[in-house]
Amino acid sequence: MATAAIASGSVPLSAVPDPLGRFGRFGGRYVPETLSAALDQLEQAYAEAVADPAFHAELDGLLAAFVGRPTPLLFARRLTALAGGAQIYFKREDLSHTGAHKINNTLGQGLLALRMGKRRIIAETGAGQHGVATATACARFGLECVVYMGAEDVRRQAPNVRNMRFMGAEVRPVETGSRTLRDAINEAMRDWMGSVETTHYIIGSVVGPHPFPRIVRDFQSVIGRETVEQCRRQLGRLPDTVVACVGGGSNAAGMFYPFVDHAEVRLVGVEAGGRSGEPGDHAASLSFGSPGILHGSLSYVLQDDDGQTSDVHSVSAGLDYPGVGPEHSYWRDAGRVSYTSVTDAAALDAFDTVARQEGILPALETSHALAWAVDEAARRPADEIIVVCLSGRGDKDAAEIARLRGLSAAGEQAAS
Amino acid sequence: MSLAAPPNPSSGVARIAAQFAANAAAGRKAIAPFVTAGDPDVATTAEVLAAIDRAGATLIELGVPYSDPIADGAVIQASYVRALAQGMSLDRLFAMVKDVTGKITTPVLAMVSYSIIFRRGIDRFVAESVAAGLAGFVVPDLPIEESEDLGSACEAAGLALVRLVTPTTPPERAEQIARQSTGFLYCVSVAGVTGARTSLPAGLVDRVAWLRTKTDVPILVGFGISTPEQAQAVAAVADGVIVGSALVRRLADLAHPPSTQPVVVNIEQHVRDLVQAVAPAAG
Ligand SMILES: Cc1ncc(COP(=O)(O)O)c(C=O)c1O
Repeated sequence: MATAAIASGSVPLSAVPDPLGRFGRFGGRYVPETLSAALDQLEQAYAEAVADPAFHAELDGLLAAFVGRPTPLLFARRLTALAGGAQIYFKREDLSHTGAHKINNTLGQGLLALRMGKRRIIAETGAGQHGVATATACARFGLECVVYMGAEDVRRQAPNVRNMRFMGAEVRPVETGSRTLRDAINEAMRDWMGSVETTHYIIGSVVGPHPFPRIVRDFQSVIGRETVEQCRRQLGRLPDTVVACVGGGSNAAGMFYPFVDHAEVRLVGVEAGGRSGEPGDHAASLSFGSPGILHGSLSYVLQDDDGQTSDVHSVSAGLDYPGVGPEHSYWRDAGRVSYTSVTDAAALDAFDTVARQEGILPALETSHALAWAVDEAARRPADEIIVVCLSGRGDKDAAEIARLRGLSAAGEQAAS
Repeated sequence: MSLAAPPNPSSGVARIAAQFAANAAAGRKAIAPFVTAGDPDVATTAEVLAAIDRAGATLIELGVPYSDPIADGAVIQASYVRALAQGMSLDRLFAMVKDVTGKITTPVLAMVSYSIIFRRGIDRFVAESVAAGLAGFVVPDLPIEESEDLGSACEAAGLALVRLVTPTTPPERAEQIARQSTGFLYCVSVAGVTGARTSLPAGLVDRVAWLRTKTDVPILVGFGISTPEQAQAVAAVADGVIVGSALVRRLADLAHPPSTQPVVVNIEQHVRDLVQAVAPAAG
């Protein structure tokens, strides 16, 4: 019934999830019973908050004065000239306090935790941006903060680990599995199993059991709402194409959601293509995965024939994840958003290009979207507009990029 | 298939019920040991299952290794990693179970993530489980809201689908869960992951006693129970206990393939001690 209505266009694509947290067939809540009550409580607290003007006033106030919103929409003049085609614009989430979009979500969920009377916060982090944004919100609100982070990511995103600790968070390196984002989520969930009555889990992307994918999407949708308005005001129209990188999918979901019912705007999600399209060499769940259940929801997952989650790879810690938010799976199967992937090498090149052409060091995650945008701009006419969600800044990646390039810490060719 | 009719005495649900009826007649409580399939290797698991059967367990829970088990603590998680590294697969697991269930009488239930069942496809997973002689499933990451499809497939196949209640489950919901549970009701002792604990959680006895007034389905308590003394204390109010991490750790400490004989003897003796602790003379 619902599917038929969607197919006939009578129900907007944005009218999800349903009360059980379904985005079409995707989503849901596949968690141990121990967590059910807390998820119900969160759902209720969120519904009450959304209906409470005081909640919106407080969050909007923080987004303005603490985060620095709205973030600007910038014309990338030299990058556009270099590509020689469509005009490229950046939505500057990198200018947000803490340097990425993640703070939009952590402030919202932090306020929800306060409303629920939970004073201990746990989080997982990959690139460390979500960890930093969580530590920041906790410092601001006076909450205890524990961040789980894969040991491999602790190594490659060291500046963020340091910053989390500066703000009073405890960072717990996770040594299990591939020692990356997926393992950090497992550990955070296990912590929550034993602490759920006093602890809120601020999940960092549009993944996990219902109601997380919906809550995180809603908090991140400020990105897309501002972009719609800025495009209308600055450009006099909506863009032709909007592109964002997809790890778990929160910056993309926040950017895309307000555009989803504008069928004339093409939406493109860029996943981590890693070293190659071979299993284990990439983290492109929507491009190469199959429907499965990971971390509490049904979505595209990189897995083997038995349902064991596959090992994945990306040069970018924030995209190095074998699953993706369920709403993206819904958009993919509905044909609303196209998903593609960009390799490690192309992302690293885009990092260089954008640094030199625009004076912006983008995050390695974001560099995936930038790589696709530059290639695509070259193929499109000059009157077309491409907006890239510039999800975060690359300071955290600078040392790792220097290492990968064989440069010294000062960015020089190391002496032979 | 004749197995599709629940009253069939060879259905999983009927075989489990017969075990509890026999326990009631003898005045004893149930011991349901948990072991991970394929840890240290699949041949040892087969021998351990036979040993548990000889030792007089009421049911056996066989853990299906999964890469991302969020309800499990370090011990079981590590056993899953070892089993998968050994090349454990569903095909091997079903083949081993089929072989073993032909030789033992204790019903075997699979403790399996819904991720695994979903990937295989519910119908195929259930059919393969029936063919292998499994009696039912415990699916630790499938709350009642999501369990309708698997529930009806299990009902049609005569398999038990054991539901779980936990300390965080509100009373009304616990009653609802108890009504839906088949085979037995799994009462999780603590809010937390699996893992042996040194003392029983406060309030457990009261919670079980309250549940007892709400349902006739047998109640087994699990998570954290390791010693015969703990088993005895819990069995005073419940229909029995599930012992998991403590056995898995014992296996891991002892296992030195290819000679698994000492492991099997040790596990058999340990399960005998547990069974003894909940036998009539003890209580
Ligand atoms: C700057 C930046 N962009 C993107 C991501 C990927 O996450 P998501 O897909 O949820 O936006 C991360 C994750 O850490 C990030 O730090």
